Amino acid sequence: MIGNFLGVLFDGIAYGSLLFLIGIGLSVTMGLMNFVNLAHGAFAAMGGYVCVTAMNQLGVPFLATLPVAFIATALMGVVLERTLYQRLYKATPLDQVLFSIGLTFMAVAGMTYVWGPTQQPVRLPEFLTGQVHLLGLDLGVYRLFLIVIVVFVTAALVYLVDRTRFGAQVRASVDNQQASAGLGINVNRVFALTFALGSGLAGLGGGLGIDVLGLDPSFPFKYMVYFLLVVAVGGAGSIKGTLVAALVLGIFDVAGKYYAPQIGAFVIYALMVVLLVLFPAGLYGKKA
Amino acid sequence: MKQIRSLLLGVVAVGFAALVHAAEPIKVGLLTPYSGPFADMGRLIDAGVKAYVKAHGDTVAGRKIEVITRDTTGPAPEVGKRLAQELVVRDQVDFLMVGGFTPETLTAGTVASAAKKPLLVVNASSSNITDKIPYGVRYSFSFRQITQPLGAWAAKNGIRRMMTLVSDYGPGIDCENAFKDGFTSNGGTIVESVRTPLKSPEFGPFIQKVKDAKPEALFVWVPSGDQALNVVKTYYERGLDKAGIRLVILGDDIDEPVFNALGDKVKGLVTSLHYSTAHPTAENKKFLKAFAEVTGNAIQPTFMSVAAYDGMAAIYEAVKRQNGDLADGAKTLDILANLQFESPRGKIVIDPKTRDVVQAVYIRRVEPHNGRLENVEFETIPDVKP
Amino acid sequence: MTGSQTYRLPDGRWQKAEIVFWLLPIVVYFVASDYLLLASQIFIVGLFALSLDLILGYAGIVSLGHAAFFGVGAYTAGLLASHGWGEPLSGLLLGGIVAALVGWVASFMVVRGRDLTQLMVTLGIGLMLFEAANKAAFITGGVDGLSGMAMDKVLGIFEFDLYGKVAYWYSLAVLFVVFLVVRRTVYSPFGLGLRGLHYGPKRMPAIGASVYRRQVVVFTVGAGVAGIAGALLAQTTQFVGLDSLSFHRSAELMIMLVLGGTGRLYGGLVGAAIFMVAQNYLADLNPVYWQFWIGLLLVLVVMFAHGGVLGGLAALRQRRTKEATK
Repeated sequence: MIGNFLGVLFDGIAYGSLLFLIGIGLSVTMGLMNFVNLAHGAFAAMGGYVCVTAMNQLGVPFLATLPVAFIATALMGVVLERTLYQRLYKATPLDQVLFSIGLTFMAVAGMTYVWGPTQQPVRLPEFLTGQVHLLGLDLGVYRLFLIVIVVFVTAALVYLVDRTRFGAQVRASVDNQQASAGLGINVNRVFALTFALGSGLAGLGGGLGIDVLGLDPSFPFKYMVYFLLVVAVGGAGSIKGTLVAALVLGIFDVAGKYYAPQIGAFVIYALMVVLLVLFPAGLYGKKA
Repeated sequence: MKQIRSLLLGVVAVGFAALVHAAEPIKVGLLTPYSGPFADMGRLIDAGVKAYVKAHGDTVAGRKIEVITRDTTGPAPEVGKRLAQELVVRDQVDFLMVGGFTPETLTAGTVASAAKKPLLVVNASSSNITDKIPYGVRYSFSFRQITQPLGAWAAKNGIRRMMTLVSDYGPGIDCENAFKDGFTSNGGTIVESVRTPLKSPEFGPFIQKVKDAKPEALFVWVPSGDQALNVVKTYYERGLDKAGIRLVILGDDIDEPVFNALGDKVKGLVTSLHYSTAHPTAENKKFLKAFAEVTGNAIQPTFMSVAAYDGMAAIYEAVKRQNGDLADGAKTLDILANLQFESPRGKIVIDPKTRDVVQAVYIRRVEPHNGRLENVEFETIPDVKP
Repeated sequence: MTGSQTYRLPDGRWQKAEIVFWLLPIVVYFVASDYLLLASQIFIVGLFALSLDLILGYAGIVSLGHAAFFGVGAYTAGLLASHGWGEPLSGLLLGGIVAALVGWVASFMVVRGRDLTQLMVTLGIGLMLFEAANKAAFITGGVDGLSGMAMDKVLGIFEFDLYGKVAYWYSLAVLFVVFLVVRRTVYSPFGLGLRGLHYGPKRMPAIGASVYRRQVVVFTVGAGVAGIAGALLAQTTQFVGLDSLSFHRSAELMIMLVLGGTGRLYGGLVGAAIFMVAQNYLADLNPVYWQFWIGLLLVLVVMFAHGGVLGGLAALRQRRTKEATK
């Protein structure tokens, strides 16, 4: 029984890790830059396609494709930010929604054109599949791997935003663009880099997610709810919040499905509504 | 003299009518999801239609066949109704072919029946769908039809205690009931039935539940595509195969994407379905060849493509038997509902009472075949009613 | 909103453009008689968008789960009709009332939060209703849908026909009547209070207006109108599917409203018309890749017309008059 429970807990943490990985990029663009970027899923899917193509066409090993996915989507993000996104920083959130949805439509059609509507096959390397026996539990190797990645990503992001000069510039630019520019911060560059970071993280999440979430052109719409869920509950822009929210949602979702499968589908949504009614600004959100 | 004149006039009139017929193509309105999350289904069905035209030419009884394609975008009843209405009223189609889900098939069905145009159901798979469409004929399958024999097979092959895992919605519950029916009526016992949420990216907890319960085997059906791939992957990932829990699964869940992602791991899996690309007949070879030509070998056909292919075969037959004159919708329907012919999947018979398809269901095993993995049929249950 | 404009309190006077707008459907009926079903579905979605405009454009509540109320209305009308109550108008009314009740209950959870929170709470409510309708397949028909709706003649005279003529006039009439009511409400003191909420939510309490109560009322009314739209779709399609409750429908609705322009009453109608005509046209040209072009349309509208199509037009007109006065 207790072993059961620990197993469920582990699965919940692993699932939460996945939610974190696919949502953190959105938290960066939405929270740090105040841009409602619903095209986040399109960046994630692009990351996934970069991984799959690199693996299946070019024979690059899976682990090596992950940084490639990060860099490729980050570059794509910079290009789009400079050409399109930056014109809309001052637009209303609704215009941003419409714009990013429009981009997503285009991306979905484009991905269908290039890769077809079929599920993309991905075969993980042997050492990432199967289970290991640890402390009396059977733990999925790939799930352990996801958890490790989450630890690294979180640590790197917290360090970047809280401790580095760049992080300080980002926070300053978001709070007050004019004053920051007056202090000699190159606001444009800061925003472009932040956007690249958000897109890159989306791409990384997409690459890591294929094995569990699958990958086809409808990915950006299919999982949009999940991205938003994590960010809203965590409080946009808070890395810690996103992590805690993802873990809480992941654990409760898995536990609900294991112990009460009849209502399994409701758990994650009901929990979200309850959490948001209790914490309208998200768990770690800035108070308005 | 008068007689000759009227005879002449008659000949001219008949000739003229034939001419009009020859000039006017026969129109088939095809409704299927070309975009959105089910675009893959649309592509497979579209290619099935094209393959038939490729293999049999685009002219029957002197009349050209024209297929007008429309995108349903997914399960969308009002879109189905609107497109069907526009095809009937504006484009004046002679046949409607719906390769979608039950809702839009039913709403297109009300239009077809009101306009007295035959509707060919080539995908929707809920039971008794043709009851609700007076002008509908089904050429595909029902979930009940392909699942019940698999349950019977499992019980007859020494499996006693099983669990089932299906998606928690109409088709899933159909499968669960049909499997249970086939399995328990042959002496097996279902120890527990698990239903997974409709939108479920994570099967870990459910599969874990099965592993902890330790049945002899597990029956699975979830929607094909990412979910199917995921559930099978999770089965192996969690080592259920090594724990001695056999996987028995519906055939539509085990095709190319699964082979590509899991490879030799799935060798030996037993499934049931009404079509396999490995079906060893000339009719199937002809189909595969035409399908490869129209798709440039880019994709493998599935049972969906075959149903669309057979739908076209039925249309061609109905046109041929009436010599290109489709004025009487009821007569055309009658022909469509009384057909039987050799399909790439084997012989199919339409039961004129239900206008539903009666066909063989095959028990298959995943094996290397033609240089790749395929579902090879090893047992045939003939004449299964839907 | 630029300085030189003279502000006038919005009043209820009909403008010429509005009258022309409402004469258009009559022209459409004769000119595009092959497209009546599409047109009537545009009216229905337009009505649905109008209900979202009430709560988004006027009360400032962002909702991504508005299909919940649409679906409740649709299932109410559908269940009535499939159980022998085929009279259309009463079905419509009941659909609206039930949806309004559900909206009233939901409003207490929704109005508390800020933008993103409201968005997610409405989304969550919508998704849960979707799952509930799927679970309750013995009532709703689940994913196979609710069929077997037998509709009586409208007003006891007009029977729904294959060409969609009755559906066309019926939908148009319902849309117009509801629009009149909404328009009247928006230009009433209550409606002005709503505008106040939108532009200065912090100042309204200072003049003694209860923000909370107004938002609850408007959310309830919005839900009711969405319910009427849902019931109308159910009756004209004679079928209700799970998709009536789907996230997809809520999201598409939001796109249409923002595309048309929020807070202008006509934005939803214009947005629905542009989106659906474009989709229908593009999908007929190419059923596989039409989404690309519709995406491009959205991007271009945002790039060149802030505030949607109507917002862009208004800005254009303002610039013209400015140049003229120069």
